[in-house]
Amino acid sequence: MVDYVRAQERRTGWLLTIPAIAVLALVFAYPILRAVWQSFFTINLGNQLSPAFTGLDNYARMAQDGRFWNTLWNTTIFTVATVSLELVLGMGIALVLNQSFRGRGIVRTIAILPWALPTALIALAWTWIFNDQYGVVNDILLRLGLIQTGINWLGNPTLAMISVIVADVWKTTPFISILLLAGLQSIPSDLYEAQAIDGASPWQSFRQVTLPLLLPQIVIALLFRLAQAFGIFDLISVMTGGGPGGGTETVSLYIYATVMRYLDFGYGAALVVVTFLLLVLVVAIASFFLSRSRKRASGAV
Amino acid sequence: MDKKLDLVALRKAYTPTVVPVKDISLSVGAGEFLTLLGPSGCGKSTILRLIAGLEQPSSGQVLLNGRDVSRLSPGDRNIAMVFQSYALYPHMTVYENIASGLKLRKTPSGEVQSRIHEVADFLGLHELMNRKPGQLSGGQRQRVAVARTLVRRPDVFLLDEPLSNLDALLREHVRAELKQLFGSQNTPVVYVTHDQTEAMTLSTRVAVLNNGYLQQLDTPERIYTEPANRFVAGFIGSPQMNFLQVKCEAGQAIVGNSRIPLPLGSNPKEIVLGIRPEHVHVAQSSNEPALDGQVFLVENLGMHNLVSVRIASGGEPITVRALLGMEHRLATNTPVRLAFPPDSIHWFDVGAGDRVEATTPSMVRNG
Repeated sequence: MVDYVRAQERRTGWLLTIPAIAVLALVFAYPILRAVWQSFFTINLGNQLSPAFTGLDNYARMAQDGRFWNTLWNTTIFTVATVSLELVLGMGIALVLNQSFRGRGIVRTIAILPWALPTALIALAWTWIFNDQYGVVNDILLRLGLIQTGINWLGNPTLAMISVIVADVWKTTPFISILLLAGLQSIPSDLYEAQAIDGASPWQSFRQVTLPLLLPQIVIALLFRLAQAFGIFDLISVMTGGGPGGGTETVSLYIYATVMRYLDFGYGAALVVVTFLLLVLVVAIASFFLSRSRKRASGAV
Repeated sequence: MDKKLDLVALRKAYTPTVVPVKDISLSVGAGEFLTLLGPSGCGKSTILRLIAGLEQPSSGQVLLNGRDVSRLSPGDRNIAMVFQSYALYPHMTVYENIASGLKLRKTPSGEVQSRIHEVADFLGLHELMNRKPGQLSGGQRQRVAVARTLVRRPDVFLLDEPLSNLDALLREHVRAELKQLFGSQNTPVVYVTHDQTEAMTLSTRVAVLNNGYLQQLDTPERIYTEPANRFVAGFIGSPQMNFLQVKCEAGQAIVGNSRIPLPLGSNPKEIVLGIRPEHVHVAQSSNEPALDGQVFLVENLGMHNLVSVRIASGGEPITVRALLGMEHRLATNTPVRLAFPPDSIHWFDVGAGDRVEATTPSMVRNG
């Protein structure tokens, strides 16, 4: 039997989604497809920006491009370090904010502040904090007698990487802690009471109740942060500009330089395509774990 | 040694004005099923949480087998509790749920298996062992929650409204099951409910609570037949007991045209007469104590009609409800004469609401 009402509703439904689909096609599908198309051409100052079809030349060049591999490595270090640090710290803060204490509302508001501030401002502030002459970090270390002369934090590749990681962790941990806090509040308190009656220590309750039931939120946080950290641009651009000597240059910064400074549009497009595919891969893996963890936490099979 | 739970002058105050539990003393022995019964906010759940150690008493003691456990954490008390929501771990299988308490207490794995096997036999849970709580029906979850407590072999079982999440039919079935289950454990059971049917059917003794105070601690029979005060009388029994404030003269209450002798030794000016709807009947003769009134509502309960009758009195009209047999075909607005058999009447003090009893023991009526 044909369900006329249902069929009619479905037609209307499709009709109503057309504007959204059109917008998506315009702002997502078109730029992506255009970038893919462009990556098969050589368009740079060498040929007066007149596109010349060169097939996979751009991709072959990328395989030989030490700077690309270096930025990919930097991006990976930055992503792994910030996301794992933020997850651990964010969890700790979420657990604290989940306790009831006087002034919790104020503390929660303060805790979200770094996330709410514009990244460019935060980056400037951290540049000053890590300044070798006037920076607070050096001042504290000098006063404590831990160092004799000021460290040039942003002048050394390793230290500069550490500096940008610290700045990003400071800015983004609140995001994760608020996300995890929402998850913590959805765990019924009687599960912890049942654990207490069964004689579980706080650590055992954390392992047996909190972690498994918080897994969906943890994976969501991971998903968001992986994508964000992998494309990091603004914070590093302001703090170090990718320096010193490419020590903190990430893929996004390299793409920006390729396109906007060297005006190498074809090669830039190829870089975008590869980065995009890598990101899709990472997010796909994380999503897979997300749906699995959700099922586990809800008790479905 | 027999298992035993004692509460000694237990008191819990959150703030000087919020005191849910006020000086509760009682004891529950092995094989006893004690129900804490009362309206919401009477402190029954708080008492359970105090016994469990989820709350610390402000004063007083919780004694388990004679040992003061008031300062011990819940895990060190050897108690087991069924939560209202069951509090099953959603990410664990039924087996893991039942095993979790034993594993936390480092029970040898061989014993864990044999105990779980035994409990699963007892409750018929074998087919459910690998499922997760999300895949179980309400009744099955409830049984898993019970299994989780039984397997622990605790010194006392605590049950917090375990039937309130089940539908009416299942509730009756599970109620009977619970009675058998816990009756065979030879361990004190403390059961919290606001449902008087559960309290009456399950318990060996019932503690009726109101406003943090113990109102009456007695067998279900005596709670029904000899309520200690007006609160207990009104709370137990459905439909609710009728209360009429009547004038007295020379140790006799004046009910309509007749006089009913009060319990020996009492001679107040006024008294509260309490009688259950099931004991009120249509007057057959003119010499029994009765009041005239007019029917204004007839509710068919299947076996009986619940008839509300407005009694004409000097001041405001009083409503008396009577459970009458279906043979009385009473229509609304018809006049009716309701009789109050003196043997079924409960007397309560007008001020404090306490039960008025004969002062000489030989004169105690037998209900």
